[in-house]
Amino acid sequence: MLSFFSKPSIRGGVYAEEHKAATAAQAIVNSFPLPKKLYIPLQQHVGKPAEPVIKVGEKVLKGQLLAYSQGMISAPVHAPSSGIILDVNDYPAPHPSALPIRTIVLETDGKDEWMAIQAIDDPFQLTPEDISLRVGAAGIVGLGGATFPTAVKLNMGRENHIDTLIINGAECEPYLSCDDRLMQERAGQIIDGVRLMLHGMETENAVVAIEDNKPQAYLAMQAAAKPYPLIKVMQIPTRYPMGWDRQLIRYVTGKEVPVGCRSSEIGVTIHNVGTAHAVHNAIRHGQPLLSRVITVAGGAVKRPVNVEVPFGTLISELFDFCEVNSEATARIIMGGPMMGDSLPNTSLPTVKATSGILALTQSELKNTDEQPCIRCASCVSVCPAGLRPLDMANNIRINQLDTAVDLGLKDCISCGCCSYICPSNIPLVQYFKYASGEVMARQQAQHKSEQTKRLMDARNARMERIAQQQREDELARIAAKAERERLKAEQSALV
Amino acid sequence: MISYMKPSSGAHVGAKASVSHIMWQVMLAITPATAFGLLCFGWPALNLFIITVLSAVFFEVLCIRLRGKIAKPVIMDGSAALTGWLLAMTLPPWAPWWLGVAGSGLAIILGKQVYGGLGQNLFNPAMLARVALLISFPIEMTTWANVSPLFFSHSPGLAESWRITFSGLDNLDASTGATTLGFIKTEFSQNRLLPDILKDYSGFLDFMGGTRGSLGETSTLLLGLGGVWLIRQNIIQWQIPVSLLLTVALLAAAFHVMDTRHYVSPLLHLNSGALMCVAFFIATDYVTSPNTPAGQLVFGAGCGLLIFVIRTWGAYPEGAGFAVLLMNAATPLIDHYIRPRIYGRDRKGKPLEIPKS
Repeated sequence: MLSFFSKPSIRGGVYAEEHKAATAAQAIVNSFPLPKKLYIPLQQHVGKPAEPVIKVGEKVLKGQLLAYSQGMISAPVHAPSSGIILDVNDYPAPHPSALPIRTIVLETDGKDEWMAIQAIDDPFQLTPEDISLRVGAAGIVGLGGATFPTAVKLNMGRENHIDTLIINGAECEPYLSCDDRLMQERAGQIIDGVRLMLHGMETENAVVAIEDNKPQAYLAMQAAAKPYPLIKVMQIPTRYPMGWDRQLIRYVTGKEVPVGCRSSEIGVTIHNVGTAHAVHNAIRHGQPLLSRVITVAGGAVKRPVNVEVPFGTLISELFDFCEVNSEATARIIMGGPMMGDSLPNTSLPTVKATSGILALTQSELKNTDEQPCIRCASCVSVCPAGLRPLDMANNIRINQLDTAVDLGLKDCISCGCCSYICPSNIPLVQYFKYASGEVMARQQAQHKSEQTKRLMDARNARMERIAQQQREDELARIAAKAERERLKAEQSALV
Repeated sequence: MISYMKPSSGAHVGAKASVSHIMWQVMLAITPATAFGLLCFGWPALNLFIITVLSAVFFEVLCIRLRGKIAKPVIMDGSAALTGWLLAMTLPPWAPWWLGVAGSGLAIILGKQVYGGLGQNLFNPAMLARVALLISFPIEMTTWANVSPLFFSHSPGLAESWRITFSGLDNLDASTGATTLGFIKTEFSQNRLLPDILKDYSGFLDFMGGTRGSLGETSTLLLGLGGVWLIRQNIIQWQIPVSLLLTVALLAAAFHVMDTRHYVSPLLHLNSGALMCVAFFIATDYVTSPNTPAGQLVFGAGCGLLIFVIRTWGAYPEGAGFAVLLMNAATPLIDHYIRPRIYGRDRKGKPLEIPKS
């Protein structure tokens, strides 16, 4: 393998101030008080929303299925605790728009009573298909933030004969340290999850990649992986966005994923450490995905922690627990500060994708005083995808979206490096997100008008055909009439 | 419920750099060379420097007012002052006041604001102004003062300096002369050969900067140090200076080896004229240079080639200004053809093939 000898390259990226120290040194807090009400959205994953199987007023136990997965790419949702279903209705989603989505409201009874679980003695006796099935039934999705249903990925891995499974422990976003703590405290469980995933994909080799700013997580994971020589734990340079799957794949394997392909097509699959942990819980203990570790941090947080919370917990309760100073909070972000979404308020639930909730003060935020672009090209040099953000933004500004698409708009991963580095404070990612949405809307509009035109043409042709038919019928009738009259005349002449 | 209504996308945090920070760093980098030039050429040079920088700021304010905008925040980014400063560095140190004012006007109005202001111009404003002045006022632009350091007895005093700046020099021959490159060019036309021409030439003095030349362009050492510092501060990238200087040096070396009597040595090239100033501070102008590393290498090499060609065979002894302007014009072309490869695509933009193994 040639790539083994050549030094793997990292393209672009920025070194952002980490801000991880406040939370990375403390153990994960397990004592979060169970909320009175949980708001569980039916769509916490990529794909179709789950379909509820419960009725309002029904009593449910912890771990019980609330909504089943619908379609090829979807994931079920389970009850994070025991209690009574209060409502199934539209509630604001944890999204910048806070638009309503279908949500189950569960009133907890405080007993946290589990449903009956059958444990498995030796999961390695299960068939790989069975592993996928169980992972899918447990509602596990990619916990790194992409929330792609894990079972689908395992199946794709099996079908494409993966040779390497990469476990993403990069956690390159500033502030976040939930994966770091998870690796430090639950390394054994993660490695077990990795082995189960390998079994489920019929693959042998796994590489756990951890940024070198997490030496303790690295040591813990290395110790846990020691008995399994085919699971390699490696350190990777600390550089955002090292955790971008394609960057990591190139760094670890030297292979580049072609545009429009899934990584499994070149023999690599990538999963997050949190996902591996969830797989361990699902297969070994039969527990569906009900909670996750969330980093609560930022300048306005008095008690920054990593805390394990059930899905559906409102951010306001999380903030009360962490003593967030709401006066000092200038922006609430779900996820990391580079790619995360700003949320309009705190009455939104935490979901499977919530790796962190940040309450940032004004001084931590990027200056928004926009100045003219001086073409310094720092955005070009930091872009991990090899784009030229300044040219794309210039074209978008004058509404030449087609040119922006030609320049590679669709290859933008919204990592935020360009916005981060821009000395003129130009919100480049904002431009690209706007343009992508606008391009899609225009394509839809065009598609619609084409469709309408096609229908109109078809209708005109049909009407024309009918008119033609009528004309022909008319002519035939006239001819027949003439014939009849001629016959009549002949007959009367004969008479 | 508190509402944080203004939605915004990432990145929510940012690097601490700003446009004015960049401009100030560049000014800091050219300070030693400028200070040395002011020291060497005395009070008249200081007059010219102040006049040029102030008038650049004045013209910027004027243009922004005409556009109906508030001037203060735009001035504070420091770009106009930097343009004036760079222009002053490239002027003959004892040039009359109106040359500085006219130069600043050309640079700011014609070189920058008519295009739409900061970041929009096609040509480097300072070089545009310098070249326009050189063509319009060839005598004034090639009257090079002798080195006459501040506080030396034979140097002009404060009162004398006002007279030089505002009513011109009386006795030209006594206090001025030719630059090294200009001298070589004139002597070549007298059919003299290099070993003869360069009898009195001191490479060391040229390197330190104690020779006739533009206000801030004489000291190779200080300009080089400032430039290297700027690269280390990550304000400019190494590609343009290195490829520019290397191209000039290699071409000069090749020709010098072939014929030492007609082609000057690479060291003299590197130490003379505007080369160092242009390589580190003019050609690296963000706005008018390509934005990929490979494109910058091409740009720098192109500048170097043109500088060498004009110096060696052209009518002018120094061609840095022309070279930069010509390559500025080629920048959009370079950026069109030299692009970074997009991840997962080949150089032509097609998706990569899936490797068969």
